[in-house]
Amino acid sequence: MKIAIASGKGGTGKTTVAVNLACVLADNGRTVQYLDCDVEEPNGHIFLKPEITDTEPVGIPVPVVDEEKCTGCRKCAEVCQYHAIAVLKKPLVFAELCHGCGGCALVCPAGAIREENRTIGVVETGMAERLAFVQGRLNVGEPMAPPLIRTVKEKAIAGGVAIMDAPPGTSCPVVATVRDADFVLLVTEPTPFGLNDLRLAVEMIRQFGVPHGVVINRADSGDRRVRDFCMAQAIPILLEIPDHRRVAEAYSRGHMAVRVLPEWSDNMLKLWGQVKA
Amino acid sequence: MKIAVSAIGKNMSDGLDPRFGRAKYFIVVDTDTNESAAHDNTQNLNAGQGAGIQAGETVARLGAEAVITGNVGPKAFRTLNAAGIKLYLCGQMNVTNAVQLFKTGELNETTAANVEGHWA
Repeated sequence: MKIAIASGKGGTGKTTVAVNLACVLADNGRTVQYLDCDVEEPNGHIFLKPEITDTEPVGIPVPVVDEEKCTGCRKCAEVCQYHAIAVLKKPLVFAELCHGCGGCALVCPAGAIREENRTIGVVETGMAERLAFVQGRLNVGEPMAPPLIRTVKEKAIAGGVAIMDAPPGTSCPVVATVRDADFVLLVTEPTPFGLNDLRLAVEMIRQFGVPHGVVINRADSGDRRVRDFCMAQAIPILLEIPDHRRVAEAYSRGHMAVRVLPEWSDNMLKLWGQVKA
Repeated sequence: MKIAVSAIGKNMSDGLDPRFGRAKYFIVVDTDTNESAAHDNTQNLNAGQGAGIQAGETVARLGAEAVITGNVGPKAFRTLNAAGIKLYLCGQMNVTNAVQLFKTGELNETTAANVEGHWA
């Protein structure tokens, strides 16, 4: 079962919920993996402190044009939706824009295009006590996150529980994380910003028809509007977590909430019960 | 020679568009005959990425040998360079005045991008 933890807004507590949920499930003897799909800024490792045992480079195929063979027909430029290849007096490749679909090589009538691997980041795997740990790390300055996220997700073990920590926002990297999840947990906060971004996230997830529910973090702050929105949209609120100084302190030191506040374990188990149902 | 000027409207009296890739129009002016023609660039205006590259291809296809615009990013610059199109940067003014400055040699040719991609 693949559970994505997403939010829309950044800083609402995605990673806190993801690492603590994964940890409690592992403590309870389940086969569980934590997959950090926030490959531009993976931070679950700060709390889980895994021992990384395997590092695998991940790349995408990008075109290399043989200028001798190129006839300048522009078929490659026309087929590329991302304008990663242009033909002026000679062909020009913008590898950082290429999504690696291979369309240009396929349509080239002169056979002038071959593909070369371009490394975009790494996937690291290891263990954090009983919890299996996987994270993607995108190279600095690299815009192409989705192929790396897909590789992280391929590490999910069939039959186990995969907790996928999504990036914030609603753009391609988030879509790559949530689109084939069995359930999406949307972590939000009861503020106007939390609500605005929750709306966007809900709109996005509905496109994929993935079941979803909301966790309201720091639930005793802000106002009622997030609850009213969920009510009106018939989105279940699965858990409300009150703000707690000891959780914030633990977080700032890279410690797990479930280790400092026992009620967090109960909260996470309650949340799991709701997700399974 | 033909020069392409990024413009916010279709007419020579309209202002120069400071953006290249996402300019509203390109007005191609023949400096020998003073004939001009406007080309819509709306498709690029809404492009997710690669607007500068596409715009470079567009002006090359229109037969321009030089471009006058406000700013140009690294990918647009590479594209114009590959097409052998010279680049001149110019401040805010209308297209007629920009072309006049070009003709009198008061615009300097630019040999590098002056902004990062997606600067706007």
